[in-house]
Amino acid sequence: MKMANLLRIAWRAINRNRMRTFLTMLGIIIGVAAVIAMTAIGQGSKQSIQKQISGMGSNMITIRPNSNVTGGVRMDNTSVQSLTEQDITALQKQPEYIDAISPSVTSRGQVINGPYNWATSMQGVFPEYLAIRGWPLLDGVSFTSQDIKSAAKVCLLGQTVLNNLFPNGEDALGKIIRFKNIPFKIIGVLSKKGENTFGQDQDDVILAPVNTVQKRVLATTYYQNIFVSAIDENATDKAAAEIQQVLRTSHRLAKGTDNDFTVRTQAELINTFSATSQILTILLTVIAGISLLVGGIGIMNIMYVSVTERTKEIGLRMSIGARGIDILLQFLIEAILISITGGVLGAGLGIVATRLVTFFIHWPTLVTEYSVIISFLVCFITGVFFGYYPALKASRLDPIEALHYE
Amino acid sequence: MIDMSSVIVDIKNLQREFKVGNEVVRALDDVSFSINAGEFITIMGSSGSGKTTLLNILGCLDKPTGGEYLLDGTQVSKLSKTELARLRNQKLGFVFQSYNLLARTSAIENIELPLLYNARFSARERREKAMAALAAVKLTDRMNHLPNQLSGGQQQRVAIARALVNDPVMILADEATGNLDSRTSYEIMMLIQELNNDQGKTIVFVTHEPDIAAFSKRTITLRDGRILKDHINRDVQNAKDVLKNLSPITAPSNIAT
Ligand SMILES: Nc1ncnc2c1ncn2[C@@H]1O[C@H](COP(=O)(O)OP(=O)(O)OP(=O)(O)O)[C@@H](O)[C@H]1O
Ligand SMILES: [Mg+2]
Repeated sequence: MKMANLLRIAWRAINRNRMRTFLTMLGIIIGVAAVIAMTAIGQGSKQSIQKQISGMGSNMITIRPNSNVTGGVRMDNTSVQSLTEQDITALQKQPEYIDAISPSVTSRGQVINGPYNWATSMQGVFPEYLAIRGWPLLDGVSFTSQDIKSAAKVCLLGQTVLNNLFPNGEDALGKIIRFKNIPFKIIGVLSKKGENTFGQDQDDVILAPVNTVQKRVLATTYYQNIFVSAIDENATDKAAAEIQQVLRTSHRLAKGTDNDFTVRTQAELINTFSATSQILTILLTVIAGISLLVGGIGIMNIMYVSVTERTKEIGLRMSIGARGIDILLQFLIEAILISITGGVLGAGLGIVATRLVTFFIHWPTLVTEYSVIISFLVCFITGVFFGYYPALKASRLDPIEALHYE
Repeated sequence: MIDMSSVIVDIKNLQREFKVGNEVVRALDDVSFSINAGEFITIMGSSGSGKTTLLNILGCLDKPTGGEYLLDGTQVSKLSKTELARLRNQKLGFVFQSYNLLARTSAIENIELPLLYNARFSARERREKAMAALAAVKLTDRMNHLPNQLSGGQQQRVAIARALVNDPVMILADEATGNLDSRTSYEIMMLIQELNNDQGKTIVFVTHEPDIAAFSKRTITLRDGRILKDHINRDVQNAKDVLKNLSPITAPSNIAT
């Protein structure tokens, strides 16, 4: 028996009852459309979160001290004093996977320019911080390592601070402003960075040499954070491991004790945030999967009805030479054709629905190849699985009894 | 042209028993006969005498519970289901009382159906053979008609074409005129006689109407599963003549010539 002939037989059979075929397909069509639309919505929101996070600097690694318990007093992590200049030196010595390093200390306070003032924070960093964050200057120059050593009173303004201190758009470069009453000379203006994932305004900041902030503003010798960039995005995990090792040595931590610091890569951050949208995707997919299952049961039901209704036809086919396997394959192929055709229509419908969601309610969506491929596989399996028993029943009919069935 | 001496069917001591609950029904009991190529046999007998049971066994749809059946040199009782299906597909043609055409399927596609189950034929060969069979039953102009667009007699002719299309060694018909009025029945019998006389087709035709049996060359009469009579018909009626003599008033006269 040629496969082409079986396909022809099955195709003619489902064509003889188009309306019913379509109604049978409907379950599959809706199921597949739902799977594709749901995963597209899930994937879309995941991708937009990822984009935002990697906008913070895609190969950035953050080190912060752990808030641990000292003498029964739990301290918050700004007052934890585990990250020091020593650590920076140690990290700089072993830059296998590390590209740039910058410590960071932050102080909140009032900044004044003549009649204008603004509550903001000043962040003390290395010049490398800009490269780590992927944050170019809009105007002026950055401070130098010389400025760091000398704790120079120079600063770079974020866009929000600039707009509040110079509301009339005057040239800020070279002007002196006061932060907590300490005068700083503006030597550069940062480009606009926008809001981060948590909705914070990243442009509401003043950057200054780290030593300046430590000595002149905070009077401390510790760092609140260290930012590191890996040599490339794929090396972030290796860089993180390297950092752990270096810092443990530098902090003289005995084997088996916990780290007194935390190293976080962007990838981990992305994972944390995608986890929520992952759960959403899984949930939506499960719902969609259930509708596929219901569609499959619909096929099985119709195939059973069809086998009973066409008993006489089956008897005739057997009398003119169809073997059991021919009948089995015919009904199986019918079920698969129905489910696959339903799959194609469903995929089309799902993609259209996805477009509409993006167009009308502006949700980010992403139709992934794998959701389409998986839907097809599921359709095929649904067809085989739910078509098999009716087909088997058909193939086992006795030709004489089937012929005389009324 | 026809080798009358070649034996197509040889049956010896054929038995068919059905178990119904604790009782055993003997549908066929010690039936023996043989059929030569080119014969036209009718099988007669009252209801329940075993005609259909015999035809089903001849047609390899059913297996005997005892005895031997040799079809065209093949010992049928030893064959598997799949091999029986192949025999039906390549050596036999069936015509049923209720036509059994596929609904919503054109005449030509109905006729092609047996060839679809034989990998040997290409699409072109199928179409050619089906067209030839359709021409043999004189329905070429109805090739694309659906069964519900055809009269009962025409549907039965399509069914006969379907039975012819695979060049079977034997055509089996079970009360093939049972659903038709007498005029249409005679038309069908005329067609059967033509196939038998002109093309040398071997035909086994079950009927319980004596006037139908009168068109055949030999009649086997069954009673209670046994052969009551097996005789050569000396006075074979010609269906064409019978049709001519029918009163012209009752003749709708759309008979194919
Ligand atoms: N599947 C079956 N199970 C039990 N008994 C059966 C079965 N088929 C046939 N029989 C019995 O076998 C006998 C012969 O039946 P068969 O159908 O061959 O008769 P028939 O000569 O064709 O009758 P009719 O002219 O009414 O069609 C009957 O007694 C019938 O009851
Ligand atoms: Mg009968």
